[in-house]
Amino acid sequence: MAANPMSQFDVYRIGPEIKVGAFDISFTNASLFMILSTVSILLIFNLGSKKNSILPNKIQLLSELSYTFVSKMISDTAGSKAKPYFAFIFSLFMFVLFCNMFGMIPYTFTVTSHIIVTFVLAAFIFIGVTVIGFIKHGFGYLKLFVPSGVPAVLLPLIVVIEIISYLSRPISLSVRLFANMMAGHTMMKVFGGFVISLGIVGGWLPLSFSVALTGLEILVAFLQAYVFAILTCIYLNDALNLHH
Amino acid sequence: MVKKIYFQSIFFSFFFIKEAFAAESGGMPQLNPEFWVSQIFWLILTFGIMYLVLSKLILPKISNNLESRKSQILENIEAAEKQREDSDAKLKEYDEIISKSKLEANSIFNQAREKALKDIGAKREVLDKQIDNEIAEAEKEIDALRKNAPDKINKIAIETSSELLQKLIGAEVNNSSISAIVDDLSKRNGNKYYGN
Repeated sequence: MAANPMSQFDVYRIGPEIKVGAFDISFTNASLFMILSTVSILLIFNLGSKKNSILPNKIQLLSELSYTFVSKMISDTAGSKAKPYFAFIFSLFMFVLFCNMFGMIPYTFTVTSHIIVTFVLAAFIFIGVTVIGFIKHGFGYLKLFVPSGVPAVLLPLIVVIEIISYLSRPISLSVRLFANMMAGHTMMKVFGGFVISLGIVGGWLPLSFSVALTGLEILVAFLQAYVFAILTCIYLNDALNLHH
Repeated sequence: MVKKIYFQSIFFSFFFIKEAFAAESGGMPQLNPEFWVSQIFWLILTFGIMYLVLSKLILPKISNNLESRKSQILENIEAAEKQREDSDAKLKEYDEIISKSKLEANSIFNQAREKALKDIGAKREVLDKQIDNEIAEAEKEIDALRKNAPDKINKIAIETSSELLQKLIGAEVNNSSISAIVDDLSKRNGNKYYGN
């Protein structure tokens, strides 16, 4: 019978158990794919920046296109003030993109399908953006919760809603990515299981679904990385350019 | 019939699969906190190292490459623009030279024509003068001849009439009396023959 569609998300130890105090920081399959993603990112961009030729070769073109893509995304959404955070958002986008894409290879592990990973990223972004906002605007940053042009009667309600929506940012950011990755991979696994159990007679229908889903999931892998990065830019924009 | 069985078999096997999965599944591994600390640790480690390497080493290089390419392209465009301007200036110069030489050729042609016309005029004047002189001389000659003509005619008339008289009458006639008559006649009829 087909394997449990959730078993692909199992984290297991590779090698010995490593303990620091009470914490278990053993090397797992998740760590393996984190390292794989970062190493391939560094390899590609290192190769792409090594030679500076006027007519770039493929890998140089790739890295330069990614650079201009991310830099355009940041300047479009957060303006020129966000330039010092370019490296972070670039790393974030590439890390999420590569983790998502590595997950599309059969028998691999998807790092971003774990809520703890996406939540740590989102929480770091949330805390960082809040700190930047308070450094830039002092307590004036709290004006973010008081939109202009709202009737005084509605103000208490609006402020409460704004605070809740602000505090829910890291949750929505992390759950969006994690849920997308998990749902997509589970669905693919389920359809893959159908192919096996229906065999040569009925397996063709779920197989064609599986093929279509693979294309869709590659799109989702890119799109979710993009959404993750662009939402970070939007939060950063709120902190840098206080509109209210 | 075969089609019906095919789709029925697909339909029923969906039920079996669902039961099989339901029996096996034991919740989401994501919510098992056993490896949370490990994941957080490795995430911070790998992402941190990647961020540092990208921001300190690789991204400045890429931005440098892009900048240098941009500036080089701008430089090349500038150089091309300059060369175009140069060639435009050269073209202008060339046009000027051509129009100038055309003008020069025209003026040389005009000068030559004027000179030729002047030469022709001078030669014509000389010739005219010569012709005039010759005509004047001829007229003088004719005048002289005309002046002498009545005398000679008178003489011939006198001699002829004296000989005529001698032959007719047979006596010598005084030439002087004949000449007096001829003179008188020629004076009276002279205007009839020689009147201009």
